[in-house]
Amino acid sequence: MEPIDKIVADAAGAFDAAATVPDLEQSKSRFLGKSGALTELLKGLGKLSAEERPKAGAAINEAKTRVEALLQARREAILAAELDARLAAESIDVTLPGRRQSSGGLHPISRAQETIERLFASMGFSVADGPEIENDFYNFTALRMFPDHPSRSMQDTFYVADSDKVLRTQTSPVQIRYMQSHEPPIRIICPGRVYRCDHDATHSPMFHQIEGLWVDEGISLADLKGTIMQFCRAFFERDDIGIRFRPSYFPFVEPGVEIDMAWERKDGRTTYLEVAGAGVVHPDVLRNGGIDPEKYSGFAFGMGLDRLAMIKYGVNDLRLFFDNDLKFLRQFR
Amino acid sequence: MRVSVNWLRELAGADLGLEELARVLTMGGLEVEEIAPVAGAFDKIVVARVLGVAPHPGADKLRVARVDAGTGTELQIVCGAPNVAEGQKVPCALIGAKLPGLEIKAAKLRGVESNGMLCSARELGLSEDHAGLLVLPEDAPVGGDIREYLDLDDTILTLKLTPNRGDCLSMFGVARDLAALTGKPASLPEAPAVAASIQEAREVRISDPEACGHYFGRVIRGLDATASTPGWMTRRLERAGLRPRAPLVDITNYVMLERGQPMHAFDHAKLQGAIDVRMAKPGEELKLLTEDWAEYIPNLLLITDASGPVALGGVMGGFDAMVTDATTEVFFEAAYFAPEAIQGRVKALQLVSDAAFRFERGIDYAGTRAAMERATELTLAICGGQAGPVTHAHGKLPARQPVTVRPDRVRALLGYGVDDEFMAQVFARLNCAVKRDTGALRVTPPSWRFDLAIEEDFVEEVARVHGYEHVPAQAPRSSIAMLACSEDSRSRHDVKRAAAALGYQEVINYSFVSSQWEADFAGNAAAVRLANPIASTLDVMRSSLVGGLVAVVKSNLNRGEERVRLFEMGRCFLGEGPEPQQQPERLAAITYGGRLPEQWAEKTPAADFYDAKGDLVAIAGTVRLDFRPGSHPACHPGRCARVWVDEREVGVVGELHPRWQQKYELPVAPVLFEIDTAVLLAGRAPRFSGLSRLPTVRRDLAVVVAETVPAGAILEAVRAVVPACVREVEIFDQYRGKGVDAGRKSLAFRIVIQDTARTLTDAEVEEIVGSVRQLLSQKFNALPRT
Repeated sequence: MEPIDKIVADAAGAFDAAATVPDLEQSKSRFLGKSGALTELLKGLGKLSAEERPKAGAAINEAKTRVEALLQARREAILAAELDARLAAESIDVTLPGRRQSSGGLHPISRAQETIERLFASMGFSVADGPEIENDFYNFTALRMFPDHPSRSMQDTFYVADSDKVLRTQTSPVQIRYMQSHEPPIRIICPGRVYRCDHDATHSPMFHQIEGLWVDEGISLADLKGTIMQFCRAFFERDDIGIRFRPSYFPFVEPGVEIDMAWERKDGRTTYLEVAGAGVVHPDVLRNGGIDPEKYSGFAFGMGLDRLAMIKYGVNDLRLFFDNDLKFLRQFR
Repeated sequence: MRVSVNWLRELAGADLGLEELARVLTMGGLEVEEIAPVAGAFDKIVVARVLGVAPHPGADKLRVARVDAGTGTELQIVCGAPNVAEGQKVPCALIGAKLPGLEIKAAKLRGVESNGMLCSARELGLSEDHAGLLVLPEDAPVGGDIREYLDLDDTILTLKLTPNRGDCLSMFGVARDLAALTGKPASLPEAPAVAASIQEAREVRISDPEACGHYFGRVIRGLDATASTPGWMTRRLERAGLRPRAPLVDITNYVMLERGQPMHAFDHAKLQGAIDVRMAKPGEELKLLTEDWAEYIPNLLLITDASGPVALGGVMGGFDAMVTDATTEVFFEAAYFAPEAIQGRVKALQLVSDAAFRFERGIDYAGTRAAMERATELTLAICGGQAGPVTHAHGKLPARQPVTVRPDRVRALLGYGVDDEFMAQVFARLNCAVKRDTGALRVTPPSWRFDLAIEEDFVEEVARVHGYEHVPAQAPRSSIAMLACSEDSRSRHDVKRAAAALGYQEVINYSFVSSQWEADFAGNAAAVRLANPIASTLDVMRSSLVGGLVAVVKSNLNRGEERVRLFEMGRCFLGEGPEPQQQPERLAAITYGGRLPEQWAEKTPAADFYDAKGDLVAIAGTVRLDFRPGSHPACHPGRCARVWVDEREVGVVGELHPRWQQKYELPVAPVLFEIDTAVLLAGRAPRFSGLSRLPTVRRDLAVVVAETVPAGAILEAVRAVVPACVREVEIFDQYRGKGVDAGRKSLAFRIVIQDTARTLTDAEVEEIVGSVRQLLSQKFNALPRT
């Protein structure tokens, strides 16, 4: 082996032996430093004849290039290994939980209300609102529930002390207020809290209704049936729901309807569930709203929002909605 | 209204099975709420006579009866009933009889053979009465099937009648409507006039003809008021839910059940002079047959005689003239009282009256006279006696006006085709008089219908008799106006979802709260009060949502929660007087416990004022809120800010007052906010305002000011004076302690400057920062931080 090749081989061995970058730099000086082996060879060139010098110089330079390449390769290898080791040391337990705010959520009645508002909005109904402490006219008289009439005893009313105001017993007063300030066609729903002084396992003194009103030319009982059927199918997300109308009485509609939702059980029998009281808006009520009953007709319906939410989410006790137990409420997130 | 199916079938619907009958009634608007058999399911129970009773040799409480149950042999039966006695007729379950959960077998009871069971009313499923044997009348046939003898194969339908259908508060009424629904006529027995056999009569007068349409009276003398009411009548009364009393009262109740005409029986001997129907005068009062006193109220209708009031017209009889066992002559009243003359009186007097319940809704005035004849017939048959002539007076009866019903209008409102001829038939079935006019029918309702007054009422009758199931479900049509969806507003649900995204759980509390909460959390001593709260702790309407949230935090802590974040959106009721002046809807939220959920990596400090404030700002979105130091009854006075928007106070944020924290037993103080929902629903539609590519310059400025200077005031002052190129002035540090004198604090501001037109020179930037420094020094006595 030529001495110069031996130097390259020695360098390769020395570099491989270096475990860290500082070690490597030390080894580098043995070959490329001021008094390194290759530097010494270059210094010896002057002793050579002019003919030999170019060839020997080229050989030394070529060896120097090879040593530098070895050095660079080894340096990269060491750095890569060091990086790997560092990253390995930095690994964490990715299965521990992340840092975050807890999740909140909407009350199930709000959820149901939002869904219902969206469904009716898709049919062109907008949302209307009204006061919860109402006067006698809007809550009763304008709806044809006249003072002392037995129809008033259908609802147990909360009265405001030293006043003739009441807590609204139904969302229907919003109908009158809306008709008085809007021209047909009218399509609204009015969700909200209502109050009746009745408190037992199936009645809460405060609960929620959704009132609907559609007034236009040529609106009929058949439109009511179609609308409620579409709603029930969309809200409960099943296409086999049927609608049964039964005659009933609410002073502000005529004809009056009790609406049952119907579906067939597996045993072939039909289950009926009351979902709404409804009917064709009474002409006096249209007049009280400033609307000509000969030109326009309309239907109105009132649904128990709490009841719809109970059916939809499988809640078996109305009182849970107002108990505000987080263990219950969290199930609706 | 409780309806005996057997009785109803005598009048109408005899061909309908029980389920079909209930369906037809329900679908006709007379909703059947409950179907219940009158007796339990049993067989082989017969009428037996007790021949003898002997003590049981082995048991003090048992006796050994010998009975004849018509089987041909005498039966020995051990019996535990205390009332068993020789000669009685009682129900006897024979060997092999099946009762619910029991089969009768021959057995030895304490060593004595027993071949059957003597029964109480409870064992027959007739009532809960288990005190002793059901003793039967003497006419009960020994050996006869008890089901047959007591007419036990009957069913009670409980109808949930709506207030417009007063006409169905009788058997005749239900039968008439059933007949109209099925199209098969009802057979309602007539009540032929009973001829007078004596001349005794009492004059009657009506002084208020609006209140009393007509009044019939009749005297029956020489009767026995202690006669027993026949079993068929007591059974019908009981099955209708009325308690049999004495024959005269039972007869008036029975006629009311049958025909819907309330009646009253006075003791004729206790009346003086003519009967007059008139309104009460101030000061008049009457002792009622319940022994309660009815005091004067305006427009109270009285039945009077020469001595004064003897009954409340249409409501209840008086004590002094009521019939008793000693009564030998009765004066029957059958009258029509107008609904308007009765409505509200029972409620005002806090009475319960079956008569008033019917008069309030309207009774069949055409049947009044027939009811009198029916009562007479029954009285003569049951109590004996001789009837006098009927006396009567007339007031103003309701007029039944013909109503124009346009078949086209009916079809338009129903939304489907029903032909004119069918409509006319429906009205005829309902006993309306129908006249045909061009393009219309002129329909006059019968005397018993008070709910048929306008065209729409007849629209319902067409649908009801035809069947609501014929109404088609029509796909909704729409005039297709797109609903507005404005980007500069948000829905309530958007706001709720923003709160939920920050970890708040929505709750719904009652709007009525205790007045104590109102005092504590809202400083409101004059809250809107309810006249009839469901509980004394829910007596006022809330003016703040905070009390409810604190209570829900507490109840959930009691259920084991450690950290609670809640919000509620609902109306509050504000006002000085008894009525609310405003009913604003508000959003309120509360945080109890750690700022973040407990976490493995680091300690999470308890949420404080700034967490609540930050959450409120986040929920407000683009709405700019100003926070000014303030106070609120619910809040710690030094940790409370009032929230302002556009120079209007709209809310509060703060830490719960330590007093309430202690009173409501919360281990740490929650932080909360409350704000008007309306301001949160406003927003700002985004609008592009240009984009500068010039570099931004940030300068930090630290100053020392007195502890009492609010940072917000400094920010507001600085923002007011800096030129438009200053994009942002914000506080990024507050420091107290080493290097800062006591009573002072160091605040560090970040000032971000960027001009839209050109790059600012160092000198210009320095000038801006210098002017800020100067302002702080002059206005807030701020010293540079060294």
